[in-house]
Amino acid sequence: MTLSLVFEQILNGLQSGIMLFLMAAGLTLIFGVMGLINLAHGSLYMVGAFCAAAMAGWTGSFALGLVAALAGAAAAGALIELVVIRRLYARDHLDQVLATFALILIFSEGTRWVFGSFPLYLDVPEALSGPVSLPGGISYPLYRLAIIGVGLAVAAGLFWLIGQTRVGVRIRAGENDREMIAALGVDIDRLYTFVFALGAALAGLAGALVGAIQSVQVGMGEPVLILAFVVIVIGGIGSIKGALVGALLVGLTETLGSVFLPVFFKLFMAPAAATQAGASLSSMAIYILMAGVLVWKPSGLFGSRG
Amino acid sequence: MNIKSLALSTALAALATASVADVKVGMITTLSGGGASLGIDTRDGFMLAINAAGRDDIEVVIEDDQRKPDVAVQLADKMIQSEKVDVLTGIVWSNLAMAVVPSATAQGLFYLSTNAAPAQLAGRGCNANYFSVSYQNDNLHEGAGAYATQEGFKNTFIMAPNYPAGKDSLTGFKRFYEGELSGEIYTKLGQTDYAAEIAQIRASGADSVFFFLPGGMGISFLKQYADSGVDLPLVGPAFSFDQGILQAVGDAALGVKNSSTWSKDLDNAANAAFVSAFEEAYGRLPSIYAAQGYDTANLLLSAMDKADVNDDAAFGAALKEADFASVRGSFNFATNNHPIQNVYVREVIKEGDVFTNKIVSTAMENRDNAYVADCKM
Repeated sequence: MTLSLVFEQILNGLQSGIMLFLMAAGLTLIFGVMGLINLAHGSLYMVGAFCAAAMAGWTGSFALGLVAALAGAAAAGALIELVVIRRLYARDHLDQVLATFALILIFSEGTRWVFGSFPLYLDVPEALSGPVSLPGGISYPLYRLAIIGVGLAVAAGLFWLIGQTRVGVRIRAGENDREMIAALGVDIDRLYTFVFALGAALAGLAGALVGAIQSVQVGMGEPVLILAFVVIVIGGIGSIKGALVGALLVGLTETLGSVFLPVFFKLFMAPAAATQAGASLSSMAIYILMAGVLVWKPSGLFGSRG
Repeated sequence: MNIKSLALSTALAALATASVADVKVGMITTLSGGGASLGIDTRDGFMLAINAAGRDDIEVVIEDDQRKPDVAVQLADKMIQSEKVDVLTGIVWSNLAMAVVPSATAQGLFYLSTNAAPAQLAGRGCNANYFSVSYQNDNLHEGAGAYATQEGFKNTFIMAPNYPAGKDSLTGFKRFYEGELSGEIYTKLGQTDYAAEIAQIRASGADSVFFFLPGGMGISFLKQYADSGVDLPLVGPAFSFDQGILQAVGDAALGVKNSSTWSKDLDNAANAAFVSAFEEAYGRLPSIYAAQGYDTANLLLSAMDKADVNDDAAFGAALKEADFASVRGSFNFATNNHPIQNVYVREVIKEGDVFTNKIVSTAMENRDNAYVADCKM
């Protein structure tokens, strides 16, 4: 186990954390501002990936694919907000879960209807393909570095949007007291649609970026959705800062756990049993992390709600 | 009284004659959700053979199991109790097969497996009414192990998801691989990011990599592997190199070796006819699942010509003769009702715009399976 391998694994953890952040940010914004549990967030991730794959396949340009992912997911988000989600704000969480679960099924079968049941092709753009050499003799895929860069840029943009702009003030106000902000003359319906579309666009962006190195297929969003929920519970529901910290924690725990736990068990167990025990424990690691955080801070690291 | 009973027995006899001819097949397969492409190919291959036969004494009921064991069990109960099927088939996944097959065969139905063939059903749990037309689950992994030995790989890194079929895979590979292992890891089932594993492969000093990652997992791994700059030879079972999957992997799969019991370029008349008929009927190239579905239907049709489905012993014997032209060429059943067949090594190539496989060598000839001795029928 060399130092450069450890460093490379940390980079891998950061990269998967950053992608989780894009998912979790939208989820936490939507929950924080509207109090809505959106299980269909994973479907928007899938929509982004499919839009990107279709556009990239049609035009040959990955950049246009990304634009299509953002636009397609935002449009899908705005559409379901207007048609379905809007009716759910006043309902309790069980109704929201049921309705958004139905949306998952509709999106999955709809996507299969349009694109067929075989996975689509989406590849890393030529300019970003292949590995680059980093200091310390590490060779690391350039595309993954680019993902880390894009994710950090989006995080900075979100902090700016929430913290420095007029829209951000309204979002924060909506989070604290939606009746008061409506009484002050803010068009709360439009604000909600905007926040929902923004969250959807972030999920779509994550889907497209990840789709290039994974498989673009129906149902790709649900495993990520579960992780994103873990992230926002750890970070504190409604907090963008919490989502960022939580996502990085989950990404690093997952990656480093799967690599180093088997190595750790090999110190005092037979190799085959150690591999087995390490693999089993590492798939539990993030949930243990979540439980630990909740014991220590029941509302999450940066949560404000009790 | 006499006339009454005569009439009754005539009616019964008429009923019996009618049922001699008719076979009702229940197909339970995955037609929605993530694994749908496998079930769709199974169904299409099976129905291609049924439709080509043009017979009116066979009826097929098809239902979607959504890849869920509980749904598969419900569908099996419904098919057995209200549809009164004689034969069940079509299940893609081993965990679903384990939920359905033992109770179906215990109720006297025949089960013909188009794909899933877990070790439990090949060894002590074997049954005279259960036939695997596909393979025994370990076969392709054994073929990959035999190939690695033939190629002289000395230090292979092996990897599979942490679930029963993944463990069987690595066991199967090791059964015929004679070199050393530079690493052995279990990944999470459904994992899509393999950066950590690829870094371990790079650091391990391996001379080759064996991986079993079916479906989307394989697509993700191959793309990330190609982009990582690690260029050790890759070997895997056919599941990650299937016709439907290859197009989504693209150039990243080119040149990779994979073990399979079937390939579209396998040189026999039945296969040539199958491939062209499948392309004509569905407008795409067939996969191994389609080939296995097609063989299953033809096996069933061949047995229907010889025996009555209601006579378990005779119909079972007719199935066991395997008197049909398999698209895999030579095909026989071992004593535990699993195939004896060749395992080939294929290489991923590009034909025009389409990624596909071609056979480069034979890893194992007339391979049966490791569980024959455990099966007491």
